[in-house]
Amino acid sequence: MAKIKPRVKVPKKAKAGEIVTIKSLISHPMESGQRKDKKTGETIPVDIVNSFKASFNGEMVFEADIDPAVSTNPYIEFTLKVPESGTLKFEWNTDNDGKFEAEKKITVS
Amino acid sequence: MTIRLSRREALAFGAAGMAIFTAGAPAFASMTDDAVSAFAGDAKVKEGMVSVDAPEIAENGNSVPIEVSVDSAMEGDDMVEEIMILADGNPNPDVATFKFSALSGEARASTRIRLAKTQNVVAVARMKDGSIYRASRAVKVTIGGCGG
Repeated sequence: MAKIKPRVKVPKKAKAGEIVTIKSLISHPMESGQRKDKKTGETIPVDIVNSFKASFNGEMVFEADIDPAVSTNPYIEFTLKVPESGTLKFEWNTDNDGKFEAEKKITVS
Repeated sequence: MTIRLSRREALAFGAAGMAIFTAGAPAFASMTDDAVSAFAGDAKVKEGMVSVDAPEIAENGNSVPIEVSVDSAMEGDDMVEEIMILADGNPNPDVATFKFSALSGEARASTRIRLAKTQNVVAVARMKDGSIYRASRAVKVTIGGCGG
């Protein structure tokens, strides 16, 4: 299986109170449970990224519950109203491969 | 015991059978309604407020970009708690649920989803005051996104 790797795009700097757009993507096959193995004819079981969380300095910003209808390599874009300098933490939970994390610093100028 | 059917009765049976068949067809749509009711609980579902942005025609159902949003200040009581996304023509209508906070600044998020065929993408939003709003958008799909 392809390696699961999260990628995030966060602006390095922002003004206090500015609303910035955050982009996140994690490479993952998002096996939907609808496909059949062509050789055996058996249904391939569901294997997805089931949730996503983003927090800023420990406070919840955005969360998503994800179902198999989200595309391969789930991409999520959301907004953050930057209150102060700090760290934006990301967390993805998968069905079979545990948890993945990423973090980025934002400096308020 | 044998049951004798006159031609008229036989036709009536046939018609009833057809009615059952056609009633069974939009089962996905009713699953979507069930999901909306479960999300709304006792609250009345109102139309509007929430918007779904998606292409009118999606060439590839494997990856259809969508954006859901609510025009909200995201401050004090004017806050959107969550938006659930459903696709009424998929084998399972659940797509995702986005939860927002005061740090969101805006109630807006986007992702890419799978659509098995031409159908409606439905967004249901829960406001802080408990009110529920629903909106939907039809998307035409050229190639379905459920894989063989």
